[in-house]
Amino acid sequence: MKASYCKMHMIVKIFSPMFYWLGRQTLQIIFGIGDFSLFTGKSFCALTKSKKLMRRIVSAVHEQGTVCLPVILIVGVFTGLVLGLQGYHVLSRFGSQGLLGTLVSLSLVREMGPVLAALMLIGQAGSALAAELGIQRNTEQIVALETMGVNSHGYLVVPRLISSLLVFPLQTAVFVVVGFWGGSLSGSLLLGVDSGVYWSAVQRAVEAQDMRECFIKAAAFGVLSISTCAYQGFHADRNASVMGARAVSASTTRAVVFSSILVLVADYIISSFFV
Amino acid sequence: MGTPNQNFALHVEDLHKAFNGKPVLKGVKLGVPQGSIFTVLGPSGAGKSVFLKCLANIVQPDSGQICFDGLELTSRDQTAQEEFRRRCSFLFQSNALFDSLTALENVALPLEQTTDLTSKEIRRRSLEALRQLELQEYAAHYPAQLSGGMQKRLALARAIVTHPELVLFDEPTAGLDPLRRNAVFAMIAKYQRQFGFTALIVTHDVPEALVASDRVALLNQGRICFEGTPAEFSDSTHSVVSDFRDSAAALQRSLAEIRQGIIVA
Repeated sequence: MKASYCKMHMIVKIFSPMFYWLGRQTLQIIFGIGDFSLFTGKSFCALTKSKKLMRRIVSAVHEQGTVCLPVILIVGVFTGLVLGLQGYHVLSRFGSQGLLGTLVSLSLVREMGPVLAALMLIGQAGSALAAELGIQRNTEQIVALETMGVNSHGYLVVPRLISSLLVFPLQTAVFVVVGFWGGSLSGSLLLGVDSGVYWSAVQRAVEAQDMRECFIKAAAFGVLSISTCAYQGFHADRNASVMGARAVSASTTRAVVFSSILVLVADYIISSFFV
Repeated sequence: MGTPNQNFALHVEDLHKAFNGKPVLKGVKLGVPQGSIFTVLGPSGAGKSVFLKCLANIVQPDSGQICFDGLELTSRDQTAQEEFRRRCSFLFQSNALFDSLTALENVALPLEQTTDLTSKEIRRRSLEALRQLELQEYAAHYPAQLSGGMQKRLALARAIVTHPELVLFDEPTAGLDPLRRNAVFAMIAKYQRQFGFTALIVTHDVPEALVASDRVALLNQGRICFEGTPAEFSDSTHSVVSDFRDSAAALQRSLAEIRQGIIVA
């Protein structure tokens, strides 16, 4: 009896720090999700409180759109090229090279276009946003806005969120179209698939529902990633273990990592509704 | 708790604030007369900046009452707080200027976001504020392209452009040399007379504050231990006041003693 009590006591002693850690982490995650949801909700509610919004939306469209366009074009072309190359070799095993257009177009429209375009935009516009807001938090610019009676969510976050709803689908469309062209380049020009066959397969394969899925995903990824990046930058001072410039770099890293993960999770959830 | 005196622009009663169980403000009581320059002096770590941040609603006090022109700011009444923010400006120690906006855009920002003025009127008022602070030539410059003194003036231009009734200054002379310190206090006094706002300054620069202020208070260990006119401060025999006021003389005495070898390390 005494031996079993000692054994039990020992097990509790060994595992209790682990359970304590697990409990703390779980609570932190729940708190984080709740706080992030409140942040995003507060930002959308601040839409009516923000004045002279159009100019800042245009500036945000420039940040997320024009500035990021070269990356989208380059990654789009190479994604199409690689898909064309890999697809051709797989399909040629079954003598179905004629389906290359179908493979490239459906891969791009349904999955690779929205996901890769979102990841590229996170890497460029999202990280820049997190760093900018982190510095503004560190140098008391956000507090200054609040003391002036300016709604900081309305001024700093709302234009970026609205812009993301517009820019992410547009950038995704550009990515997909450029990807089609990349696929045609490697499939038709380099590997000898008939160009007419390729493009007619593309035309036949992509249906309205695929386009709808693509744009819904792009818009959802835009809101999720931009609000995650804004949230991380906005609260760059929350992590007590690092301060100053290191807090900004830590928040930027968190912004990129979390928003990339969220995009992939959201991709799975949205795909499961459409498939 | 009594009704705040109507002659006070700002009335603070029994203000308490603690961080992680450590009290910083322990019942601060203060009345700032309308249209005056009121300076809160105190050594570093006395809680001056926390006190000012409680007034500006950046930090939420644990208990106590803050009244501004009849508005109770500690009641969590959103309307009262919004009205206070519309009628009050805060000048940060670091200036907190928007580094990606030009001087003109910095000054125009509060007007753009908190008023319904036309773009033309906002531009006119912003340029006027810059002109009053002798910065009109630098309207297109970014804050990083301006000197420290100019940045301070730009921050003041942004603070006064909304015609506030109360301006809170957080250590406006921190890190400046004596000449620039004088210039900043002269600037505050000049524009306070010109615009008629009530100025509440926290600083530890005693000589300049005594010259420029109408009233001074000394915050020590979270409590106001003196409040009166600069003349009363100079004549006070209160031990904390005299220690703070005569710190230069005390240093002189210490150095003399060291030189004479009286103090053994």
